[in-house]
Amino acid sequence: MRIELTVNGERHEADDVWEGESLLYALRERLGLPGSKNACEQGECGSCTVYMDGVPVCSCLVAAGQAQGRDVTTVEGLAGDDGLDPVQQAFVECGAVQCGFCTPGFLVSTHDLLARNPRPSDPEIREALAGNLCRCTGYEKILDAVRTAAHS
Amino acid sequence: MDFLAPSTWAEALAAKAERPDALPVAGGTDVMVEMNFDHRRPGALLDLTRVAPLGEWAFDDGRVRLGAGVTYARVIAELGSTLPGLAMASRTVGSPQIRNRGTVGGNLGAASPAGDSHPALLAADAVVEVESAARGVRHVPVADFYTGVKRNALEQDELISAVLIAPPSGPQQFCKIGTRNAMVIAVSAFGFALHPDRRAVGTGIGSAAPTPRRATDAAAFLAGELEAAGLWESRAALPEGLAAEFGRKVRDAAAPIDDVRGTAAYRLHTLSVMARRAATWAWDEHRRAA
Ligand SMILES: Cc1cc2nc3c(=O)[nH]c(=O)nc-3n(C[C@H](O)[C@H](O)[C@H](O)COP(=O)(O)OP(=O)(O)OC[C@H]3O[C@@H](n4cnc5c(N)ncnc54)[C@H](O)[C@@H]3O)c2cc1C
Ligand code: FES
Ligand code: FES
Repeated sequence: MRIELTVNGERHEADDVWEGESLLYALRERLGLPGSKNACEQGECGSCTVYMDGVPVCSCLVAAGQAQGRDVTTVEGLAGDDGLDPVQQAFVECGAVQCGFCTPGFLVSTHDLLARNPRPSDPEIREALAGNLCRCTGYEKILDAVRTAAHS
Repeated sequence: MDFLAPSTWAEALAAKAERPDALPVAGGTDVMVEMNFDHRRPGALLDLTRVAPLGEWAFDDGRVRLGAGVTYARVIAELGSTLPGLAMASRTVGSPQIRNRGTVGGNLGAASPAGDSHPALLAADAVVEVESAARGVRHVPVADFYTGVKRNALEQDELISAVLIAPPSGPQQFCKIGTRNAMVIAVSAFGFALHPDRRAVGTGIGSAAPTPRRATDAAAFLAGELEAAGLWESRAALPEGLAAEFGRKVRDAAAPIDDVRGTAAYRLHTLSVMARRAATWAWDEHRRAA
């Protein structure tokens, strides 16, 4: 089937989409947007997190056809013309990125948290990032990055 | 495989009647895991996310009519004080991303014994509204909805339209045992409701029997003891040992198994502790509300 959707502000079309495939697969393999990562395909790790109609979701659990006509923002859409988003900048500066596999998901989840709650407490940060797993950093630098982004 | 995307409820019911092999998909948090892992290859996916009324809730004849497609995130944000038990259960589901997509209707569709909404719906005496194009609407008391392990009372041509839940006349509680705070399938769970208007007690056991189920005898026991001691009127403190005895009776209503998440013995123990605590917390709240 064919799907049409808006990704990072641009209209995209994909043909020959398999009816059972996920939005994550369509983004990575059909639309050339490999920023969202595929690590578990079962909603556990959050590395595939994207905004759909403004709400963070695991793109591995959205059927591609469900994204028809929707508005998706991936990690590729966070940076503006004037450079990295403050959340991305803070992750770089705080050393919150090691292998980087979890990073796209953490960036989208953090971006959403700070949009809703510009000065989150530590428990609020932990709660908001509970759906994102990182096997490298031990999370401390990620928490530093979120606090830094909140103050930038 | 086909992808069916009805935009009205009538179209959705017609599609389900025409295509018994179509698998409904709402938030996809159960369905897409099965698809991604090749555990399921239905003839078609029937996307319900474009059927607007499924995503709405409203007061209807004194009850909340919660559309099957309302997400956990919205139950928490919009119904936290109106449906406290279900909202407490919803807060424990998965992660923010899962709560943004997962729905109560999907939890009922999956009918897992570990689904977190079930103990809360059982304790609150919820009613599941289902519909087919051929036979119209049918109301199924939630306790009759769970028919076996991951099986429910839906006929092949039926869809869940809504859940009907009366706002409580007394406090509600939800307890869940897991290995961490987020992203856990319950080892065991317990839902509790005090119904002072009817002088009744509601219960729901999760993850400790082939289906979610009530602790009917335990509920009748506690309601009867409260009645006999005149506590519904006086709102005095619970007699020593009553909550613990209630906990033991809840435990006796369960039929758990050993599995990777926990042993049957541990599940029984946790149920008696959760039930004792839930009853105590709810009664204390009831007293404070006087
Ligand atoms: C990482 C992760 C964590 C999770 N954590 C929890 C948890 O803590 N607690 C918990 O209870 N669950 C949990 N789940 C399971 C899942 O999120 C819930 O069961 C959720 O309620 C499913 O809702 P959904 O809308 O996503 O359902 P879907 O996946 O879309 O559908 C689930 C089932 O219901 C059927 N269905 C959906 N809507 C209808 C309808 N209107 N009429 C008829 N049938 C319908 C579908 O055909 C399917 O069989 C988790 C899942 C994941 C991936
Ligand atoms: S790949 Fe989607 S949550 Fe892990
Ligand atoms: S940086 Fe490697 S998983 Fe997080």
